[in-house]
Amino acid sequence: MSKIKSLEIKIGLEVHCQLTNLKTKLFCSCSSDYRGKEPNTLICPICMGMPGTLPVLNEKALEDAIMVALALNSKISERMLFFRKNYFYPDMPKNFQISQYDKAGGVPFALGGYIQINGKKVRIRRIQLEEDPGKLSYDGTIESSNHTLVDYNRAGIALIEIVTEPDMETPKEARLFLEKLRSILEHLNVSDGSLEGSMRCDANISLKGGKRVEVKNISSFKEVERALNFEITRQKNLVLRGMVIGQETRHWDETRRITVSLRMKEEEQDYRYFPEPDLVPIIIPRERIKEIEQKMPELPDERRKRFIEQYNLSPQSAEILTRSKAMADFFEESVKIYGNPKEISNWMIGELSSYLNEKSIEIDELTLTSKQLVDLIKLIDEGVISRKMAKSVLQDMLLTGKMAGDIVKEKGLEKILDKEYIGSIVEKILKENPQAVKDAIFDKKAMNYLMGQLMKKTEGKIDPKMASEVLRKRLSELAKFITP
Amino acid sequence: MSYCVELSAYEIIKKIKAQELKVVDYISYLFERIKRIEREIHAYITLTEDSALKKAQDIDKKIERGERTGRLCGVGIAIKDNICTKGIRTTCASRMLENFIPPYNATVVNLIEDEDGIIIGKTNMDEFAMGSSTEHSYFGPTHNPWDLERVPGGSSGGSAAAVISSMATLALGSDTGGSIRCPASFCSAVGLKPTYGLVSRFGLIAYANSLEQIGPITKDVRDCALLLSCIADHDPLDSTSVNKPKEDYTNYLVDDIKNIKLGIIKELFGEGTQDSVEKGVWDAIKKLEQLGADYQEISLKNLDYSLPSYYIIAMSEASSNLARYDGLRYGYRIPNKSYDWNAVYLKNRRFGFGFEVKRRIILGTFALSAGYYDEYYLKAQKIRTLIRRDFETAFKRFDVLIGPTMPVLPFRIGEKVNDPLEMYMCDIDGVPANLAGIPSISIPCSFSNGLPIGLQIMAPPFREDLLIRIGFSFQKNFPILKKLGGHE
Amino acid sequence: MNGDDLIKSKKRISKEEIEKIAWLARIEISKKELELFSKQLNDILVYFSKIDEVNTESIPPSYHVLDLVNVLRKDEAKPSSFEEILQIIPQTKGKFVKAPRMV
Ligand SMILES: [Zn+2]
Repeated sequence: MSKIKSLEIKIGLEVHCQLTNLKTKLFCSCSSDYRGKEPNTLICPICMGMPGTLPVLNEKALEDAIMVALALNSKISERMLFFRKNYFYPDMPKNFQISQYDKAGGVPFALGGYIQINGKKVRIRRIQLEEDPGKLSYDGTIESSNHTLVDYNRAGIALIEIVTEPDMETPKEARLFLEKLRSILEHLNVSDGSLEGSMRCDANISLKGGKRVEVKNISSFKEVERALNFEITRQKNLVLRGMVIGQETRHWDETRRITVSLRMKEEEQDYRYFPEPDLVPIIIPRERIKEIEQKMPELPDERRKRFIEQYNLSPQSAEILTRSKAMADFFEESVKIYGNPKEISNWMIGELSSYLNEKSIEIDELTLTSKQLVDLIKLIDEGVISRKMAKSVLQDMLLTGKMAGDIVKEKGLEKILDKEYIGSIVEKILKENPQAVKDAIFDKKAMNYLMGQLMKKTEGKIDPKMASEVLRKRLSELAKFITP
Repeated sequence: MSYCVELSAYEIIKKIKAQELKVVDYISYLFERIKRIEREIHAYITLTEDSALKKAQDIDKKIERGERTGRLCGVGIAIKDNICTKGIRTTCASRMLENFIPPYNATVVNLIEDEDGIIIGKTNMDEFAMGSSTEHSYFGPTHNPWDLERVPGGSSGGSAAAVISSMATLALGSDTGGSIRCPASFCSAVGLKPTYGLVSRFGLIAYANSLEQIGPITKDVRDCALLLSCIADHDPLDSTSVNKPKEDYTNYLVDDIKNIKLGIIKELFGEGTQDSVEKGVWDAIKKLEQLGADYQEISLKNLDYSLPSYYIIAMSEASSNLARYDGLRYGYRIPNKSYDWNAVYLKNRRFGFGFEVKRRIILGTFALSAGYYDEYYLKAQKIRTLIRRDFETAFKRFDVLIGPTMPVLPFRIGEKVNDPLEMYMCDIDGVPANLAGIPSISIPCSFSNGLPIGLQIMAPPFREDLLIRIGFSFQKNFPILKKLGGHE
Repeated sequence: MNGDDLIKSKKRISKEEIEKIAWLARIEISKKELELFSKQLNDILVYFSKIDEVNTESIPPSYHVLDLVNVLRKDEAKPSSFEEILQIIPQTKGKFVKAPRMV
């Protein structure tokens, strides 16, 4: 790791996020709800690029994009055009993509801005609106298939493209950036990052002294760290062997988990950008931005601060809980049911998070509800089960979806709280261990042995506080009869 | 009654509404005539006799029952084959779309059908509207009804030839750089290119989006006003369609042009203008003067650059618009299965497009490519601003601006087709109106050696009323009595 | 070289360039077509160079001739007409559009 550090890594990202909460595509009235649908059933003459058809911009997409730009502290252009990016590819119905452009008299949707991760600012270069292409699939692999199957259901879905400056220094930072971005988009209620393919990104990586390498086709955030780690190791090895890293575009192969060199069909200078004549300019007056600003929902950073103040959480806990909207929502729902934020936060950050990490799933994929987690925590607080036991109960809950109370009852895990019963067990232990009793009377530390025996006999179900109380009382009574 | 096909739409509608003429009979006469003379003229790519007759019966029934009928009340309309018609093949005169049957109508087609207009066929044109002679058609050229050896003009040559030879009563064309007015002029028809944004482009197969409009090609100005009234409407499917109240242009059929100020554009009489054309147009100007209009010459300096600017913009946009024709989703696809996608695209487009289309795509691709964009596309768009400013200034002094529609008389088939640049030069008088987005009409003003000459009148944006008023006054007071012969 | 020749030489498009452009436009051209296009395109480009005479410094381009801005539609879905579209697709496999192989 230290060697990588010394090579000064710079990572920039180009993220494509679908505006999944729109009902329709960016330029036509086809439903955008394409996941799980039969191929080519959500298409119309417009998104199929049929002759004579024309695009008309989705009003809500524009509004969503304004919110995103505001949330990323980006400066929204007052007057903008759409541009055509011309290149041939079978997933593109018109063989050009309607996008935006920052040259040739064009301005992107918004410029500048930043996202804060762990106190560090990752700068945004630009934000723009564009349309998604369709989806290609093959019989077998791309190399072996003797034809390509195209599904245009996705063609025309509204995308927001976010390009960062190369401000990230580790793959982990890149992941944190993406998580934060996703959390922001989810708080804005414009995009659901849990949907497959809703957020994709390209990354560019350069090591000090080397040229910029672009890695394309990273289909999810989880893959980003993996792809970047591979690419950095690859480049580092080249540097160590005294080789020069040339500028190139590589492709992340998800199955083989390697990046492969990609010969581009068209280069940037071949795209022949020019203003889309079929769409008129967009003007966003300051007042409109102010209006939208007024109704902006709470964002992760604000929520984090509020968590610290309102629930008395540590900054670290608040940070982790607001990294995803689902996590933060789960937390707040739980707190609403049961006012012990500290304990809820501990369980979520501890046990629950490690389970999620281990399974590589997200909190909203669990059957576990806030109510169920709270019930478990209540059992601890009421002294019905021990904290240690609660951990195993939680594992059972996650596996079976059963309620905590039921698991405790089924497995007979309630703590032994009956004073008389505890007394009888204590008597038994004392009788069985006369020497230990003697030791304990004269040396308080030796009492631990007897406690251990008690726990062992009751399989840990005995309430330790109550048990030690009873034991201490009996020992002091016995002390009267025994002399050293 | 078979003579009725020679009447104007206005007269036919009058007869139909008075129940003197059955729509079915009139439509049958039209098709009889088509069968008799289409072989010589070749105005159509596709005819829709069955559906036209069926529609005619429906309208007759409506009339019998005394139900309300639309403004076009059974009139037979020819539609240029780059305007999409649901269920009727729309070829753009290209092999690429030879079998393309759109599952949707252009907005103008819906509007025409709403007014009980009857589509009788799809007319021949230059492939993808790229041409000025209708010779660049995959289906072969259209012949000028006035002289079968000559071109009818283009690219809407089929529409103009059909109307003038009475194989249709009304027609729609499209005008990107003169493509309505040029054939109107060459065929002695009235052709109007509306203000950019007045008529919906939805369903018009794009050649150069920022320049083109659909418009009427008719026998006279009265019909032109009627058809324009039917098709000029705001369309939410076209972002460049202007949202203004619908107008009835027949209200402007007024015989009064007293004190109207005409500006005669010097640049439109530049080198390459034939003497006969110049004379014909000046005679017409003098006639307008007789009707009380004042005229004065004016120079619009930047018009000298309009032709190259037009071609750069049109080709650039076309190169992108026509990229979609790859054979995957519709259109021509080579049968060979062994090629990879690039090879299939290369071959589909090689065999699917004609020479002129390929030339323009290649030049347009060049003009947009890195390093050339500023020099060509951007520069042309800047000159466009200068041209618009020239017009704005001129319209401060004049109500309308005038010049010839075409610098030349209809030329012989084959005369220019092998010299693209010479063919482009024919558009020199037509393109300024497209660059400026202003309305422009061509009105038949005289004949020279039996060949028609068109007078072009341009007005400020959305002042089609002026064009109709002047055109109507001219036609009312100076009717051209020359009749088309030789095809009976 | 006088001024005119300079303009003409600048505006020339070489055969290699035409081939590259034709590739970008995905139009296969034969050797014969290349010869013909090369002459015609250069003639046309020379003619186009007429616009070099105009000083367009500080003149904005007219990408749109209308004053229209912000033409938008409501985010309301309409039923898909996919059956009619699928019917005219030249080659399909099930409901997929069948495209040529990629490599
Ligand atoms: Zn659609």
